[in-house]
Amino acid sequence: MASFAVTERSWKALLQQYGLFVSFLALCLLLSLATDRFLRTENLLNVLRQASINGIIAVGMMLVILTRGIDLSVGAVLALACVIAGDAVRQGWPSLIAIVLCLALGGSMGLVSGTLVTRLNIPPFIATLGMMTIARGLALSYTQGQPVTGFPADFRWLGAGTLLGIPVPIFIVSGIFLLGYVLLELTPLGRHVFAYGDNPSAAHYSGLSTRQIVLFVYVLSGALSALAGLILVGRLNSAAPTTAEGYEFDAIAAVVVGGTSFDGGQGTMWGTILGVLLIAVLNNGMNLLNVPSEFQTVVKGAVIALALLFYKAIR
Amino acid sequence: MNTTPLLHMSAISKSFPGVKALDRVDFTVQPGEIMALLGENGAGKSTLMRILDGVFTPDSGQIFWRGQPVQIRSPQDAKNLGISMIHQELALVPYLDVAKNIYLGREPAGLLPGTIDWTTLYEQAHQQLARLDLDVDPRTPVRDLPLAQQQMVEVAKALSLSAQLIVMDEPTSSLSNAEVAVLFRTMRALKEQGVSIVFISHRLNEIFAIADRVTVLRDGSLVGSEPLQGMTADALIRMMVGRELGETNQRPAGEDVQSQRQPILEVRNLSRAGILHDINFTLYEGEILGVAGLVGAGRTELAETIFSVHPPTQGDILLRGQKLRLRRPADAIRAGIALVTEDRKGQGLFLRMEVGANISVRILHQLARFGLIRWRDSQHLAQEYVDKLGVRTPSVRQKVRNLSGGNQQKVVIAKWLTLKPQVLILDEPTRGIDVGAKGEIHRLMRELASQGVGILMISSELPEVLGVSDRVLVMRGGRVVAEMNPRLATQDDIMRAATGAKTS
Ligand SMILES: Nc1ncnc2c1ncn2[C@@H]1O[C@H](COP(=O)(O)OP(=O)(O)OP(=O)(O)O)[C@@H](O)[C@H]1O
Ligand SMILES: [Mg+2]
Repeated sequence: MASFAVTERSWKALLQQYGLFVSFLALCLLLSLATDRFLRTENLLNVLRQASINGIIAVGMMLVILTRGIDLSVGAVLALACVIAGDAVRQGWPSLIAIVLCLALGGSMGLVSGTLVTRLNIPPFIATLGMMTIARGLALSYTQGQPVTGFPADFRWLGAGTLLGIPVPIFIVSGIFLLGYVLLELTPLGRHVFAYGDNPSAAHYSGLSTRQIVLFVYVLSGALSALAGLILVGRLNSAAPTTAEGYEFDAIAAVVVGGTSFDGGQGTMWGTILGVLLIAVLNNGMNLLNVPSEFQTVVKGAVIALALLFYKAIR
Repeated sequence: MNTTPLLHMSAISKSFPGVKALDRVDFTVQPGEIMALLGENGAGKSTLMRILDGVFTPDSGQIFWRGQPVQIRSPQDAKNLGISMIHQELALVPYLDVAKNIYLGREPAGLLPGTIDWTTLYEQAHQQLARLDLDVDPRTPVRDLPLAQQQMVEVAKALSLSAQLIVMDEPTSSLSNAEVAVLFRTMRALKEQGVSIVFISHRLNEIFAIADRVTVLRDGSLVGSEPLQGMTADALIRMMVGRELGETNQRPAGEDVQSQRQPILEVRNLSRAGILHDINFTLYEGEILGVAGLVGAGRTELAETIFSVHPPTQGDILLRGQKLRLRRPADAIRAGIALVTEDRKGQGLFLRMEVGANISVRILHQLARFGLIRWRDSQHLAQEYVDKLGVRTPSVRQKVRNLSGGNQQKVVIAKWLTLKPQVLILDEPTRGIDVGAKGEIHRLMRELASQGVGILMISSELPEVLGVSDRVLVMRGGRVVAEMNPRLATQDDIMRAATGAKTS
């Protein structure tokens, strides 16, 4: 009986460490057997390009969820920041300035959400739902429902450019993952994000700047959404006010599948990276297999539910 | 005695990664008996009781209930047998009110199926509270109660189960004498009715006062079970730690500390509406100032006001003669004030984080170079404090929630010591800490004081207040009602001041 208890424990540890990785490999294997297009370089690059947009958003989302919050506004923030910046660049603003403007807009919208959460004690779900509606509405009225199109090449470079034959977005997302990892694991601020999420009251009593911590994660989430938007808009050469609808869903899915807990304070960047890849491959696979789009949401919903059950069982 | 024991746990073993928590432990409780369970922090007391409650499954061993072998797989199984448990770390739902907590999952049924008879619920809750002399509105959310009252609500909950065996894991660690007296009265009444009780406490005087027999654990092994009749405290300690303990009185022989030293913290006319009234005192450099009083006397509130968790409505706090303007704990910490809170689970610890991360969380900035934390240094620092305070853990990478209660308390203290504060406020610093480690912590306090730190120590344990402090304040009803010299005062003097009884 003693040995049984030991094996049970190490099974859990193994599952916790490698369960996600193995599921990811299994999914890839399945898809490469089911369709011969999956393993083509062209397709794999496409998966990575898709993953890069969701990956950048997911890093911000992860930090928000680590503080027991959620950010539903990422898609709408992306759209509003991009239509304004896109319009600016079309009216002759230098691309670099427009890019900075875009990131600043995203960050400011995050600042508003964060302020609602920290100062007015509005639950994150409601605060960011409000921000989502407002940003989407502003984007629609700013453009009068028309997409903004036709950007100079340097503005599009982030999304459409290549470096050494590899799409620029892949470099960007790798950089963001790396910075996210360093931030979370190696800086005081990152450790305080974990501490706050683990026990907000103890964080307050320990004299951590709890408000700044929470504000920071929402600002970061907004700015990263805008950055993801620059990639999306660059690739499409168009910024529609309705763009990125539902992106919050994929980002939350990736973070949750990656093992970050809604109870706050628990999660790893490595898990989020795998979660992003898994969701990207899942999306891609369902497209390759011609799964109808309504049904794709059902599958993703089921995957999230399964992941939550899985983590509940092994924690 | 020839009766079948109510409970017999036989050769129970349990291991966690890196820890052998229990090694073939036998434990027996007779009907109508109060059995004390004693041992150092991490000896395995709570683990043994959690096995009895079905929270943990033992690696090996057998449990007999009234002579019959039983399998206890969940707390529900334990409840069905007639076992009721008061856990060391309170397990109340903070947002629910007192009555709902007491009857959680056992709400009296209403007229329609699936409904709850709220009137009966609140009436019964009221009766349970009255039985414990607890002056609390059953509609108060539990999180609004001070820790001691939450503890009493746990007791009420356990009593309401009409169990055959009640396990109390350190129910008195946050109670003062008055509440302990009420609890003991209740325990004796239960014993009269034939109920058995397992009582865990690190306060030996309590064990002598209430228990019939004692079972001692050391490092996960059974040392022995003995009747308390004729047993001495020294003999108990020897069983517990396997050696004699040195002198525990830590006060230096010197005379009045105040006369020679500088004031470090001055509190002037401090009030908080309805809670604190016109509080005045001075804490001197190198002084340990004890604060005694009953639960609800405003001691924790005083500490939290100085630490600026709550703003005072009136009055000033001066640090080395400078008026402080503080708005939140972060400001107080910057000024050099630290507060070891009473409620370690709620306000002290990051339970799911590692021991090392908990200890170093306050000073990560000092451990960083170019903005990046030097992990090696932070682990070394944590290890240093783990050694200094004798935290029992397989490594600094262990999650804090896997430590025993007393060892968690040491982690909280360590976190605050890393800050090297000028004023250290300790609210029940040795809550749940074993006799030996308590002496260590007192020695540490004395050492800090000798380096000039001013220490304000709130404690419900009168021997601790009298044994460690240079001077004692007694609070009652949000006021400081007396100041005493612990060399001359007795426990009775303090109790009289704390309760407001006329001096005889
Ligand atoms: N869930 C767990 N995971 C790993 N180790 C654990 C776990 N629970 C307890 N332990 C370890 O088992 C040992 C016994 O712990 P236990 O809580 O039973 O001690 P205790 O006698 O109740 O001490 P205290 O007086 O401090 O409450 C300790 O070394 C503790 O660290
Ligand atoms: Mg314990």
